[in-house]
Amino acid sequence: MKFTRRDFLKTALSGTIASVLPLGGLRILKPGEVRAEIEKTNVRWGFLVDTYKCVGCGFCVKACKLENEVPYDAPVTRTWIERYVILKDGRVFADTPMGGRDGFVSLKVRETEIKPADIAKAFFVPKLCNQCEKPPCVQVCPVGATYQRADGVVLVDRSWCIGCGYCIMACPYGVRFFHPVYRTAEKCTFCIHRLVKGMKTACVQACPFGARQVGNLKDLNDPITKVILNERVAVLKDEYGTKPQVYYLGLDKNVR
Amino acid sequence: MEGYVHGLEWTTKELFTYPNEFIYWSIQIVMYPLMTGLVAGAFVLSSLYHVFGQKDLKDMAKFSLVFSFALLIAAPMPLLLHLQHPLRGTEVFFTPHFTSAISAFGIVFFTYSMIVASEIWFVYRKFFVEQALELKDKEGILNKIKGCIYRILTLGAYDISEEALKKDEKAIKILAGVGIPVACFLHGYAGFIFGSVKANALWMTPLMPVIFIMSAIVSGIALCMLTYILIMEWKKFRIKTSKKPWELTVEDVKGAELELIRKTSKYLVGFMIAAITLELLDLVFRGYTAVKSWDILRSVIYGKDFVNIFILQYGLGNLLPFVLLLLPKASIRRMVIALVLVLFGVFMMRWNVVIGGQAFSLTFSGYMHYHIPIIPHNIETFKEGLMGALVVGVMPFVLFWAFNKIVPSLKYK
Repeated sequence: MKFTRRDFLKTALSGTIASVLPLGGLRILKPGEVRAEIEKTNVRWGFLVDTYKCVGCGFCVKACKLENEVPYDAPVTRTWIERYVILKDGRVFADTPMGGRDGFVSLKVRETEIKPADIAKAFFVPKLCNQCEKPPCVQVCPVGATYQRADGVVLVDRSWCIGCGYCIMACPYGVRFFHPVYRTAEKCTFCIHRLVKGMKTACVQACPFGARQVGNLKDLNDPITKVILNERVAVLKDEYGTKPQVYYLGLDKNVR
Repeated sequence: MEGYVHGLEWTTKELFTYPNEFIYWSIQIVMYPLMTGLVAGAFVLSSLYHVFGQKDLKDMAKFSLVFSFALLIAAPMPLLLHLQHPLRGTEVFFTPHFTSAISAFGIVFFTYSMIVASEIWFVYRKFFVEQALELKDKEGILNKIKGCIYRILTLGAYDISEEALKKDEKAIKILAGVGIPVACFLHGYAGFIFGSVKANALWMTPLMPVIFIMSAIVSGIALCMLTYILIMEWKKFRIKTSKKPWELTVEDVKGAELELIRKTSKYLVGFMIAAITLELLDLVFRGYTAVKSWDILRSVIYGKDFVNIFILQYGLGNLLPFVLLLLPKASIRRMVIALVLVLFGVFMMRWNVVIGGQAFSLTFSGYMHYHIPIIPHNIETFKEGLMGALVVGVMPFVLFWAFNKIVPSLKYK
């Protein structure tokens, strides 16, 4: 029998399809998924910010930059503090010079000198990654370099990130940036390397006033879980449907 | 300061912005949808002959097919140049994360490349075989290399009988037909990349992919009309300077040229109307519903970007060519001006979407400006500046020149 090239191609193609199709019905689990399936974690890290307690000292930003090796003088940062000044005439001024790293020591908001007598209210709001329940940054990563752990924390694999910036665009909170040295997407990790050792995050530890707290939202006896369940708390930009897990006490409507 | 803060060099901030906000997507991301749009347009033009049998486009069909392939190979270049880790770019093909719009790029791009490459192979198969046979016994190292290339390109199929060529024709027709929707998909999905970013108030609209497809067809038709005119002008020039008496006269060519351009410009105007209607619908809808983001969007659209949007894009890029195309007694010169303006308008549309979408802060109370780096002083300002954009813009022509050495698409009898 003559076996032509056409016959060969036909047989090869149908053979390939026949062997691949049944495999399509199976799903290959990632190592993380297998682990999560086995362990069924009972940890969900969450964060509580008490804005009444924050004085804008900037210790948290300093501590974060040092702990997580984000270049100290680069204008990018994993966590930052915003200052809001609302005048009696209703005008809102807000700023975050160097992410509030050096504290707020001037009455100037950018170029405008604010007279203390004109101020109706003023406060500070610390910001960090919301470790969303439905993180848009994870959704849009084209190579799966950013992922969500079973305990809710979203991380970036520096060895796999291609640096396309799609996740930076997708985050409604502006917490992501390119690391100046590694040139990969960078974000707050809730200091997961510390949490897994039973320590607090660097910012929580550095805060002299207890404005920042981290805890396990699945543990009903955790101090922050109690506050979130019993007090009136708010989250940032819930209209995006991301289900953020950083809760705020005393959040003002002027906060962006 | 240690390291390099991406975006710091070309971004200026105004009022209240988050610390990490910069113009992360710059000129290369403007170039990317522009290029894929042109790919789609060039391919559609070649299909007009192969699928719809527009005989007058026979010479154009070969040209636009090979040019479309050159554009296609150059299309991922802006994406690659914009990556912080370009060497990891292949991960998009090997470990695609399918919830991301960008991950579809590998599949769509390769499907489309295969279609165009195989169509070119069928169109040039006879030529490959002839060249391979002709160069077989010739002396000289260059002929040996060329002969070897052509022998490989035949893929061992030396049958160029009447019957075999008929089969080729059929294959070309099918490939050209399948290619049209795939080309549109390639571009529509580029629109989806932007339209699905819910964090960006300007980008997020389901109309985005449709708007992108419409303007892609507009730019594609315009570029092809322009190249068609250039080729016809070249033809006229050849007739004039030819020592041998040509079968055609200058008047014949001129008449045919103007007739075809008139016909094609009707399609162009149609697609322009569709594109502008969709864009205006989007604008009116945003203004009417006036959700939270509208205050800042309005200040960008009617304030900061007014010249870019209303003067350069709509005025110079849409309205003026619209009038030029519709005025009676069309002339080739006027058409050329109109077509160049249309292409400029599409570029401005991409610019206003990509850069305009980053012109306001996520705080809705601050702005960012992109200062395009003109003279590069490091690799970043080269890649994300004018020079990088020019390299990307020139690339298809360089590639076309190279491809044309192997598959001559501009030879006339």
